Amino acid sequence: MNNRIKQLRNQSLTAVNKLSAERAKLVTEFYKSDIANQVSIPVKRAMTFKHILENKKICINENELIVGERAPSPKETPTYPELSLHSIKDLDILDTRPKVWFRVDNETKEIYEKEIIPFWKGNSQRDKIFAQLPEEWKSAYEAGIFTEFQEQRAPGHTVAGKKIFQKGMLDLKKEIQESIEKYNSSNDEKAKDKIEELKAMKIAADASIAFAHRHAIALINLAELEKDEKRKVELVNLTRICRKVPANAPETFHEMLQHYWFIHLGVITEVNPWDSFNPGRLDQHLYPFYKQEIENGSLTKESATELLQSFWIKFNNHSAPPKMGVTALESNTYTDFSLINLGGLKEDGTDAVNELTYIILDVIEEMRILQPSSMVQISKKNPDGFVERAIKITKTGFGQPSIFNTDVIIKQLLSQGKSITDARNGGASGCVETGAFGTESNILTGYFNLNKILEITLNNGIDPKSGKQIGIKTDDPRNFNNIEDVVDAYKNQLNYFADIKLKGNNIIEKLFAEELPVPFLSLVIEDCISNGVDYNAGGARYNTSYVQGVGLGSITDSLASIKYNVFDKKNVTMDELLKAMKANFEGYDQLRHDLIYETPKYGNDDDYADSLAIDVFNIFYDAINNKSTYRGGKFRINMLPTTSHIYFGSVMNATADGRKAFEPLSEGISPFQGADKKGPTAVLKSAAKIDHIKTGGTLLNQKFSPSFFKSDESITKLSQMVRSYFRMEGHHIQFNVVSAKTLRDAKEHPEKHTDLIVRVAGYSDYFNDLGEDLQNEIIRRTEHDEI
Amino acid sequence: MEGTIFDIKHFAIHDGSGIRQTVFFKGCPLNCWWCHNPESQEADPEKYMRVNKLEGKEFKKEITVGYKTTVDKLFETISGDKIFFEESDGGVTFSGGEPLMQANFLYEIIKKCKQNGIRTCIDTTGFASIKTIEKIAEVADLFLFDIKLIDNILHQKYTGIPVDEILRNLRWLDENKKNVILRFPVIPEITNTKKNISEIKSFIKSLKNINRIDLLPYHNISNGKYERFKKENKMKDTSPLSDHEMESLKSEFEEIGFIVGIGG
Repeated sequence: MNNRIKQLRNQSLTAVNKLSAERAKLVTEFYKSDIANQVSIPVKRAMTFKHILENKKICINENELIVGERAPSPKETPTYPELSLHSIKDLDILDTRPKVWFRVDNETKEIYEKEIIPFWKGNSQRDKIFAQLPEEWKSAYEAGIFTEFQEQRAPGHTVAGKKIFQKGMLDLKKEIQESIEKYNSSNDEKAKDKIEELKAMKIAADASIAFAHRHAIALINLAELEKDEKRKVELVNLTRICRKVPANAPETFHEMLQHYWFIHLGVITEVNPWDSFNPGRLDQHLYPFYKQEIENGSLTKESATELLQSFWIKFNNHSAPPKMGVTALESNTYTDFSLINLGGLKEDGTDAVNELTYIILDVIEEMRILQPSSMVQISKKNPDGFVERAIKITKTGFGQPSIFNTDVIIKQLLSQGKSITDARNGGASGCVETGAFGTESNILTGYFNLNKILEITLNNGIDPKSGKQIGIKTDDPRNFNNIEDVVDAYKNQLNYFADIKLKGNNIIEKLFAEELPVPFLSLVIEDCISNGVDYNAGGARYNTSYVQGVGLGSITDSLASIKYNVFDKKNVTMDELLKAMKANFEGYDQLRHDLIYETPKYGNDDDYADSLAIDVFNIFYDAINNKSTYRGGKFRINMLPTTSHIYFGSVMNATADGRKAFEPLSEGISPFQGADKKGPTAVLKSAAKIDHIKTGGTLLNQKFSPSFFKSDESITKLSQMVRSYFRMEGHHIQFNVVSAKTLRDAKEHPEKHTDLIVRVAGYSDYFNDLGEDLQNEIIRRTEHDEI
Repeated sequence: MEGTIFDIKHFAIHDGSGIRQTVFFKGCPLNCWWCHNPESQEADPEKYMRVNKLEGKEFKKEITVGYKTTVDKLFETISGDKIFFEESDGGVTFSGGEPLMQANFLYEIIKKCKQNGIRTCIDTTGFASIKTIEKIAEVADLFLFDIKLIDNILHQKYTGIPVDEILRNLRWLDENKKNVILRFPVIPEITNTKKNISEIKSFIKSLKNINRIDLLPYHNISNGKYERFKKENKMKDTSPLSDHEMESLKSEFEEIGFIVGIGG
């Protein structure tokens, strides 16, 4: 990397995470204005957006090639009081918590105390959500049965598609006008609302153009003062680009990156969508520009690389808006889950890997920064060299890129009813979530604790933690005669909680549809304009709401243990097992040993255990899949935890698999830490037994010690292992390549390992920023693999 | 038909091409000082005390090493990894112990694998009757054939048996153009002597078809096993060769026109 990139990268790495009150102030200012109360809600939201972009500080960092920051400077993060309001206590916690902190200065606290809190208290989206959710939802939520994504952040998880790289805001405005005319002369009973929404989109489009023009002015002013001739030329060129995009469609590589970046900033300024936003299939979108400019000599491989590196730094400058409470426990990280997709298939079904794909892989390897996250899509049509190149980056221990099965993603999307073209233009966003890029609103709604529901089943509907009856009465487990009785009771219990969760989601979806439309994001996702309906109200071509199952390995092991020890081998009675669990195995050492060492476990290609994983998976799938959402879409499942398996474990007593109280559960569809004894191929075979096509993504983590990657030959074998898993229709696999020794040292001497990035679960994070539980878990798993 | 095995390792990536499954046969006619699998030597299942640790406490249990299995049962386990074999050009490796000691069972399981398109490899000491070698060579795809010491007396001393039959079998495989990769365990002061290396070189130079040798560096990871199985460990104090020493040995074998690997 050259000096410019070194300097910008260093600025990004050393900038202090700080909370900025700028946006909160501007939003509040606008909401207080007279005009805000005279317009429709969509128009009010669009005008709020415009007010922010017209008044926020413009930031141009020294020597940068792509401009625009969401806050006044890098690593400053705005707040979104209209969504969730921080109290002064929350701000203090953010400022002082040991991990993933955000410095909050006194000025910010004062603004909060005097302006923000008095205006928003009781009026934020979060307040409204909690006011409407029923008691049974709250009991389940508090017990840790599920979490809720949209209680602090807006629906997001969506990804840019082809369209926005081929059109400018002015083109979109034309489409809006056509749509307005269509609804003006139609009998559509909602025509009036649609026209309001379309007007709002137009305001949002203009606001983003004006925002770019403000950058152009700042840039030309800097150019005038610039002494260095070379930089002066760059500043003049950047001025030209900011005058051109996002108003017009980009026509060069550089214009395209800047164009996307303005759209990105728009999406993450309008609200705080979960999983910020994502350019999606970057190598595909950029390649035509790259090819043309390389051919006509206006771009070199070096300059393309420099621009991509600049682009990478922009992502890294933008930390995820801070979370609080339970949400912080389920996912506490600075990373905001922008997942760049590489490779896969083109729209016509042919191999999409191109020269630029490899250049971007080089950029990922060289930059080694937290954001953006990256993945490779592997189809059976992609070359082996591509897989091996990707694994070689993983071997450096940095956890990226993760590896996805394009052929499975396409099958998932087709089975959900997407067209083949939309399916092939899709990929994975966030951690592992399948989506049709540019055409779908595929939101995550919350993690679902498959294990806690078994705990409640084994307590006849009572949560042992609180003593409250929060589930239904499914009989005293001592009366169960066989494992089928246990599974039946579990199914009834799960169905009960799934209904509560889905009802809650629909209440929340309605609140977002009605109270918090996102006209800017709606410009970007097809077919919101032609439908005249907001992204949050079902305007997109496809609308999916996912529920994330957590702890498949743990629940399988618990059920297998009950089946094996209570019913088949009669090693222990149900009563005794329940007593031992209640006692957290105090005084039951031998029993606990046998549960851990002498009992069939998931992850060993042993159908005795794995068949129960299939049962649980199908029960969960049947409870959720294809149910209707408020927005007119469908609920679906995926299997990923982020870090919620730690939180979900912390609300649970000891379990039948020998796990002690409050300890983490298994993550994704990986086996419980240490439960797999037969090596990685057996894990893959177990994991492939559930039907991945029925999901919108599964997460499988495999850790290898660096010694494994010594030769090219073993990298080839690893890639063959991945190919095998994908032939069995596995969705995703990721590798963590770091020795337990390094991790232990990092825990002891964090100061020496500030750059240590490890794969967590669907994303990579700084080891130092992980909670101690999670650090221990990762060390344990790594040790296990080194044996 | 039944055979006795003591372990199956999945995702073996150091014993032959691609991703392999290694099946360890129980029983070995040799008694090499440096044996890495001392529990493989006795032909019959044997008992030992397994100790599991859990939060500082020890849990002991008597465990039997080795179990009888049928051709069909073993094949079921092997074929479970077929998808990995196919993707990686891998297959199954029969190791031990000495698989040729259970020649009839070995022949049947190889035949079954062959019928089902799974490639097979035999990791052998080479100690067997010529009839056994001929029979197995008819069906197996590859031999990983140990060559340890050329001097008959030393071979007797360190492995318990003479070397002439082994060398005769190796010549037969070579003359009949069977696929063979030689494996030379480099044991400090025992096989890694000037004299032995020069004798090995002159022997393998005389082979007509075989052209690959893997050097297996001695390592002492098995010390724990000797304790666990209460077997006499004659090598306790031997330390492994350095990477540098292995590299220079590699060049020596390359000079006589062999393809040389380290590890294997």
